[in-house]
Amino acid sequence: MTNTLHRFGSAESFRDDYVVFAIASKGRNDEGALEKLRRFLRIAVDFQPVNLGDAMHGGALRPSKEMNPGAHWKRDVAPDFDAVVAGLDAPTTVAAVFDNRVAAEDFVQAVKEAELGLSVNISTSIEGAEQCCFAAGIPRHSVGYSLGFEGATAKLPEAKVLMLSTMCGHGMVSHGLAKKMIDWVKEGRRTPQQAAGYMTRFCSCGVFNPARAARLLEQAARGESE
Amino acid sequence: MKINPDKCVACGNCTYVCPMGAIYIDPVIRRATINRNECVECYACFNGLSQEHLNPTFVRTVRKLFQMARMRFDPEPDVCPTAAFEPENLEWPRVVRRAFSDPRVPHESTGVHGRGTEEVKTNDVSGRVGTGEAGFTIEFGRPGVGVWFRDIQKMCWALARAGVAFEKKNPVTSLMSDAATGTIRQDILDEKVLSAIVEIKVPVERVEEVIRLVREMEKQIDTVVALGVGARCDEKGEDNVVAPILEKLGYNLERAKTNIGLGRVSNAA
Repeated sequence: MTNTLHRFGSAESFRDDYVVFAIASKGRNDEGALEKLRRFLRIAVDFQPVNLGDAMHGGALRPSKEMNPGAHWKRDVAPDFDAVVAGLDAPTTVAAVFDNRVAAEDFVQAVKEAELGLSVNISTSIEGAEQCCFAAGIPRHSVGYSLGFEGATAKLPEAKVLMLSTMCGHGMVSHGLAKKMIDWVKEGRRTPQQAAGYMTRFCSCGVFNPARAARLLEQAARGESE
Repeated sequence: MKINPDKCVACGNCTYVCPMGAIYIDPVIRRATINRNECVECYACFNGLSQEHLNPTFVRTVRKLFQMARMRFDPEPDVCPTAAFEPENLEWPRVVRRAFSDPRVPHESTGVHGRGTEEVKTNDVSGRVGTGEAGFTIEFGRPGVGVWFRDIQKMCWALARAGVAFEKKNPVTSLMSDAATGTIRQDILDEKVLSAIVEIKVPVERVEEVIRLVREMEKQIDTVVALGVGARCDEKGEDNVVAPILEKLGYNLERAKTNIGLGRVSNAA
């Protein structure tokens, strides 16, 4: 899932960002994969993820096609994990996002014991993934390194914006929205958690990390760098 | 994508959420308008904004009153109050924009939702990248810049000249009129997409050469490139082959996706 690979930031900034995802390979282990993918998500819920999602329906916080105007004053920002599990209706990539290493380690251990037979990947700092594997007693099979952004990088926004917007690798969280949310938190118009919630809804596969986003927004509003 | 001018109330929320910055308030008609040349049909506006179905006349009146009183109406920023976005039936070649930009649309060539293939994330069952090999994902336009196929073609030509073969089950490869030369179909060269991924695999001995080639070509294309390199670990879970090459080239390896090897082939033969 390249859309979790190129998150902008130092290894240290991924201390609260662990994406664990499962995928079936077409023609190799996709028969009967749907129930296994559901089980992967159900197991994840026990370890208190900060987001959960699938590549076709989105994450645990979704936009509404029929929003009640009253929501402007009382917006529900609680993730709905049950809806993600229940909504999975075809084999696709499913992901669970954790904001701490212990939860990610315990989840990986539980997934190993479940013997689902699906390909499972951890997307985080290289060291963080190594620690998860070590804790579960699993040698890494393969690694996909991010070499970062090159070329016409003058077209990119400043680092604090990039750290937010690249948490949706599909590009559905725009630089413009990330910048606006930093400004709104700075002005006190929204809390970091509320602003993170707005961005989370744009991520179409549920890998956006609202906990890391809230931390980054708070730091950016204070003028602190990572 | 279209914005219905009868419904739009020019609240401006959509101008911030467009990943390409292609939506603006036209000062003449006082409605949100899409720059169709820059729009990549990603549907972030339609799919990402929550929709209310308020009466446009009512909303415009309220907004006008607030404006006259120099008061700021402070609605939620991720909402289109009048559900003004209307998807249109896209025809070839414009439909290519959506196929590469809206992650919910699967590519017919791969069946995978997104812009690439399964690459190393299913390597434990596919064996795509073996010991002594390196799999490259060369992603153009990411993050939030976009890319024209004519620019992707420049890189593909250079890679083909270097004798590199393109991954067959890849959306970009499927749009090549000649994969041996890296030539992309003429009729889509002037189409812009949010991002696209070219995938190749080379022996580890060629990693440095390929990276230097990519870096050289990056100077000739008008977008950003995100490079990913996949490697097979040894039986102890270590990669002492590819990572040292990348570090020697000056890369500070911070993040990776790690396939932990739990996949098993289970389909009936």
